[in-house]
Amino acid sequence: MTNFKRAALAATVSVLAMAGSVSADTVKFAFIDPLSGPMGSSGDAGFTSFKLAAEHINAAGGVNGDQIEVVGYDNKVSPKESLVQLQKAIDSGARYILQGNGSSVAAAIIDAVNKHNARNPGEEVVYFNYAAVTPAFTNEACSFWHFRFDAHADMKMNAITDWIKSRDDIKKVYLIGQDYVFGEAVAAAALEQLSEKRPDIEIVGNELHPLAKVKDFTPYIQKIISSGADAVITGNWGSDMTLLVKAAADSGLKIPFLTFYGGSLGAVAALGEGSIGTLYQVTEGITNLEASDDQYALIEEYKDRFPDYDYYYHRAFVTMNMFDMAAEKAGSNDPIAVAKALEGLTYDGAYGTVTMRAEDHQAQQPLYISTVSKDVKYGVDNIDLGWALVDNGTIPATAAEAPTTCKMERPE
Amino acid sequence: METIVFSLLNGIIYGLLLFMLSSGLTLIFSMMGVLNFAHASFYMLGAYFAYTVMGATNYWVALILAPIIVGVVGMGVERWGLRRVHANGHVAELLFTFGLAYLIDEIVKIVWGRTSVNYQVPDALNFPLFTIYNAQYSAYRIFILFVAIFMLCALWYLLKKTRAGLIIQAALTHPHMVGHLGHNVPAIFMGVFGAGCALAGLAGVIGGNYFITDPAMAVQMGPIVFVVVVVGGLGSLEGAFVAAMLIGLLQTFAISINASFADIFGFLGLSPTSEFGSITIASMAPMLPFLLLVLILIVRPTGLMGDREV
Repeated sequence: MTNFKRAALAATVSVLAMAGSVSADTVKFAFIDPLSGPMGSSGDAGFTSFKLAAEHINAAGGVNGDQIEVVGYDNKVSPKESLVQLQKAIDSGARYILQGNGSSVAAAIIDAVNKHNARNPGEEVVYFNYAAVTPAFTNEACSFWHFRFDAHADMKMNAITDWIKSRDDIKKVYLIGQDYVFGEAVAAAALEQLSEKRPDIEIVGNELHPLAKVKDFTPYIQKIISSGADAVITGNWGSDMTLLVKAAADSGLKIPFLTFYGGSLGAVAALGEGSIGTLYQVTEGITNLEASDDQYALIEEYKDRFPDYDYYYHRAFVTMNMFDMAAEKAGSNDPIAVAKALEGLTYDGAYGTVTMRAEDHQAQQPLYISTVSKDVKYGVDNIDLGWALVDNGTIPATAAEAPTTCKMERPE
Repeated sequence: METIVFSLLNGIIYGLLLFMLSSGLTLIFSMMGVLNFAHASFYMLGAYFAYTVMGATNYWVALILAPIIVGVVGMGVERWGLRRVHANGHVAELLFTFGLAYLIDEIVKIVWGRTSVNYQVPDALNFPLFTIYNAQYSAYRIFILFVAIFMLCALWYLLKKTRAGLIIQAALTHPHMVGHLGHNVPAIFMGVFGAGCALAGLAGVIGGNYFITDPAMAVQMGPIVFVVVVVGGLGSLEGAFVAAMLIGLLQTFAISINASFADIFGFLGLSPTSEFGSITIASMAPMLPFLLLVLILIVRPTGLMGDREV
């Protein structure tokens, strides 16, 4: 009798549980990025941006009536750990994956997502990449399940080299980057584009250092000084960015640092006024551009809610809003339907129009080159210095666009 | 020439900082016979305490106060933790310090947050002291140099020239005899453990704002400190000093060498475009301390100046 009761109870519970999962009214997003450790601040700044974006969408009625939930999974920037976290996320019902920090991680996730979707038809997951910018992901290694909302390394390098073209005083360039697939991609893009646009420029150094391991960049900076470089190009991010410019400031190196991620937390604060005219970054938007009042309100709300960070991951908001648009357009929150609706979708963002190119799932958007200035509306790192657009700093989407070799296989 | 001067300066400073960390560890090892896995965590605590104290007062107070607080925490750990665990043997002690490292890591994350804190070099030392070969040399680096040398001399004087040092040295090797002579050996051990932790804390105070103060600093510094202690010879202060300087110089010199394997072994027909030939010495710099560790363990298992096997 007791056994029968137990069995009946178990059956009821499992039916209830199944019913629960069927009528789920949350769309689960898994945010897989470093949330602790040296790169933790990069991940956490992204995580808070996605959470705020989701809150805004939820407050406006959600996606097709469903609420978005963004759950963080700490991957410690390790591809191996990311796969464990990815499985955990999928098992807990996440159908959308958000990741950005580290192309080595992104490559592992793309591969795992491809395999998962091939093996589990009907349970597909889609991966929104908001910051891993190795060009291969939307070229030879492109995947229907992967969407990139950040401009890739070749596109950003295009912006930087276009700017260098207008600076005749730069004759010697030093390349320094992190020793993994992304750092190599940045160096390769710089070499190729500089030899094309400014063949007179001499590359006086091409250096890769270990990712997130170097504590003291002074020896590297002294190499840069003795090379006589006029400018440094780097794709460094996280603490590697901050420590690099900190060491440069301490050694009195005052040449332009053309960076992808000079906006990394603490870099401006570490340099102080020394960053004016020496630290440059290329991004899809900066807070001090002319924008709508709504955008200003969003920037202020973000700073208010998360005082440790600044509004930096504009693309996190673009990602979530484009997801919302695509899902509404498809009339469904199903990953395949959303993915198909995202292809070719155009979104009027705060800093220009973003188009998700259907061929390779690479977002096309205007890029902005900015440097640190005193005379700004919004400072960063809780000091009064902030990012301001440089002359000729706006690169329209058409100029930033790069061709693709992607041959995508689509589900029917 | 300029490369040599820079590498020497940077290498010596990095080496001295490593020594400051490993001297405490090696002292504690002589005492317990066990490596303290939580040692780098005390380094991290030093930086965080200094950050907090500096917020309330100023850097100079922090420089004195933070290592003392770390030392007191260390003494507490010895008195109420390690001493009880000691009865259960070395493995228990090892596991205790291992767990303690994780515990401190988590506590730091809860108290100060998961990301780096803005612990800055004080303005009074934040200026270029001199310029050589177009590169400025910051006053703070030289300050690190002097603090480390001062500490080194103080430690040497205390251990080798004072009566207290005599008793400590005796207690490390012959605790029972010292106890029979009427000295309070457990109190000596507590003091040595606290002093070792305070040294790590001091390294944290001066290293934390020069590098970066975040919850990962212990994990990142941990392995290299063990390498220093093992290469130098477990329990040998002189050995730790030689090893720390060796590793500091080795790493900074390696970074400044642009040559690749192909340049060195080219005469053997190694091509610069091959996988192996394109590796530069500079990119190998972070690996060198560990290579040294493996080589030392093969050639001289007692370390450079140690007298017991690892």
